[in-house]
This record gives sequence, structure tokens and C-alpha cells, in this order.
Amino acid sequence: MSLAHRIIPCLDTDGERVVKGVNFVALRDAGDPVTLARRYNAEGADELVVLDIAASRDRRPTFLETIRKVAAELAIPLTAGGGIRTLDDARAVVRAGADKITVNTVAVLRPELISELSAEFGSQAVVLAIDAKRDGDCWRVMTTGGRVSTDLDAVPWATKGAELGAGEILLTSMDRDGTQSGFDVSLTAAISKKVMVPVIASGGARWPQHFAEIFSEGAADAALAASIFHDEIQSIRSLKVFLARQNIQVRLPC
Amino acid sequence: MKISLLDYGAGNLPSVERALQRLGVQTERVSASAGVANLSALVLPGVGHYGALIRAFDRDGLRESLIAAIERGVPFLGICLGLQALFQKSEEAPDLQGLQILPGFVRALSGAVKLPHMGWNQLQAKAGSRLLEGIDSEAYFYFAHSYAVPYSGEERVLETRATCSYGGEFVAVTETENIFAVQFHPEKSSDAGQRVLENFLRIAA
Repeated sequence: MSLAHRIIPCLDTDGERVVKGVNFVALRDAGDPVTLARRYNAEGADELVVLDIAASRDRRPTFLETIRKVAAELAIPLTAGGGIRTLDDARAVVRAGADKITVNTVAVLRPELISELSAEFGSQAVVLAIDAKRDGDCWRVMTTGGRVSTDLDAVPWATKGAELGAGEILLTSMDRDGTQSGFDVSLTAAISKKVMVPVIASGGARWPQHFAEIFSEGAADAALAASIFHDEIQSIRSLKVFLARQNIQVRLPC
Repeated sequence: MKISLLDYGAGNLPSVERALQRLGVQTERVSASAGVANLSALVLPGVGHYGALIRAFDRDGLRESLIAAIERGVPFLGICLGLQALFQKSEEAPDLQGLQILPGFVRALSGAVKLPHMGWNQLQAKAGSRLLEGIDSEAYFYFAHSYAVPYSGEERVLETRATCSYGGEFVAVTETENIFAVQFHPEKSSDAGQRVLENFLRIAA
């Protein structure tokens, strides 16, 4: 008996519609967030992540309304983020119904925000999202939806984020995202074995075997995917049955 | 029946409220000692820092009325921090006093495990539990915390109905008379969690 590995569907939204791209570009419509949230809640998802990838100021009220509607459908935890720049932004997202908030670009620009969020909401509510891209023999942290390169190495940045108060790392491989060629096992293992907080692996999922790999070899605590669930290429229920048969601990819904 | 939720600014209050409303009960938020003086069942949701909860008790004059309500026999359900608050003190805010209704201390989880303890875990039954009635013994519940009440032989553990193991074994469900508390989040624990809330409503009715 131990902690179950989590399967987490992710809704990337433009504020009100779910969208999906390949390698962070070429966005297309992938459905209604409320309909998808209801389905994932019933199918045995362990959590749900909703991101505002447009994150523009004028769409903010729309995104908060999406969080409210999605939260109303869920009896599982909800993480929301994208465009959170201040404590006030985070408060609005939590008040709208999110259990956890993710920060990405703003945390790189102003790491103290991680500590401020953690002091106010508790570290269990603060998820540091890291978009990482292979660069020689390390992984570079990218910001602004993957468009801007930083001088940060993802491994020490994850460690620092956890020290500052992040309770979880949402780690996206930009090399794998949208490619359906499998999670980045070496990136995830490098970070998961180094930090003392849970790591959610993201980017590249296609086959059930990819999930088995990221849990066993990648040491991930949770795995996140989007389009394979949205497009009904993979059901969460059958994925969990597959993992349980591989002796990977998961929560099987009744 | 109307369920009162103690509102001290906890982030998960709306989730608990929604989960109860889904079960068809009326809810109200109470935030002042006057509100706590006259109610039929009380839920204390909680997430975040132990110190924030305890300071809210003292800032809003809730401590005495809360203890009085519990002593009067009002059915009480504590969730996460709401469980921890029942005990004497917490290592998370060592200068503050808990409600001291149950003996025992809240301590930091430790051992070779990642913290927070975040995600779905199973319970070990210790004694017949009314909250867990009708729930599969293999069921998973959602936890999100870094502190807990260790389950040790030295402390009085008669009230402990189930434990969970992460780093060490800690109190996951405690029940005595009208006092019920869980370390996990029933409002986030899917069907199993809903069943816990239903059981509490049945007890409180």
C-alpha cells in the first residue's frame, strides 16, 4: 500500500475553449472545458489541470468563469494557471474554485512569488510549471509559452523552486510536447530523483506503455496528457487497468 | 437539515460547500461566534497553514464558541486542518494552542518520502468507523498535507478509526461521540469521499 500514481488530463484553454497544439504552436479547437471536465471526473481522472495559454489580460474574466464552471463539475482536485502574475491573480483563481495554482514565467522573473504564494495558500497549493528543452547535456528552462529561452538549467531551477515553497513540479518536455512519441524519461528522472516534492511529467504521451515507462523509469509521481484523452484515443479507465496489470499502483475507479 | 460551514477564509470551503449541496443539503457559512452559538451540524474545512486557522479562531472569537458547540454535542466534521485543529498543538506553529479537544500533537511528516503527501492513498482500518461505513477497504482518498498526527502507541488512540502510512503511520480518521475528523479531503475524493460526507450527514440527521 502506497501513494497511487496519478493520471491527470490537462485542458489548455484560450480562456473559454480547449485548444491543442504541437510543440506549443499550431493551435486547434479541442472542445468544451465543462463537457471534458465532467467526462474526466466520471472516468477516474485523479486531478484536472486547466491552463489559460492565451493568458491575456482582457480574457481573464472569461478564464475565471471557465474555472468556476469546471470546478462545479469536479469531485477531484483542480489545478489552474496561466497568466498568474500576482498574489491577487492567484487569489482570484483560488476563489473561482482551484485547489492549486501553477506559475511558470512569472516565477522565473520573480522567484519570491513562489514563497509568497506558499505562505498564503500552503505549499500543497503551489505548483511550479517548468517548460524544459534539451540543450546539449542539460535542459534549458523556457518561458512565455515556450517562446523565450532563459539561462536557467531545469534541474537546479526545480530544486530552487521546491526550496522556495513549491509543493509540486509540473514538468513539460518541449521536445516531446504534442509529438506523441513518449514522455521524456531522462528529463523527468533527472528532476524527480533530485527534488523532494512530487513531479508531474508532461509532454509526449500516446500509448499506455509511455505511462508505464514514465512511472517506473522516469520516477514520475503523476503523468499529464491532453489530446489523447480529448480525442478519445485513450480512455483513462483502460489506461489505469493497463497500469495496474503492470503492477504500477493506480486508483482504479469503481 | 442545514449544515454550517465555519468560514475563516480557507480555500477549500467552496468545494466542501458544493460537495454537500450535491448531496441535497442546505449549507450556510458561519464566521462569527454568534453564528456558532446556534446550529445543528458543523463542518470545519481547512487547507493551508495551521497558524492561519488558529489565529482566525482567536481573531474572530471563535475558539470558545466552537469548543462550546462541540461540547454541547453538535455533530462536528473536521477536514484536513480541521482534524489537526482538534489536537493540542502543531509543529507547524509551535507557539499556538490547538483546540485541545483531543490529546496528541500534530507533527511534520518525515521519512524518505516526498513532501507534501499529495495524492491518493489507502487507509488501514483500526476500529469500526461510522464515517467509513459501506466503503470498500481498498478505496483511495485524496490527501494534500505535510503535517499529521502520528499514530503511536503512547498517545491515546482510542478515537482513531483508520490510519494512513506515508513516511510513518498517522491518524486518517478519528471519531468520538459527536466529533468526527478526517485528514484527507472527502470533497476531493470522488465517490469514496462523497460516501464519507453522506455518512456524516446521516449521523448528523
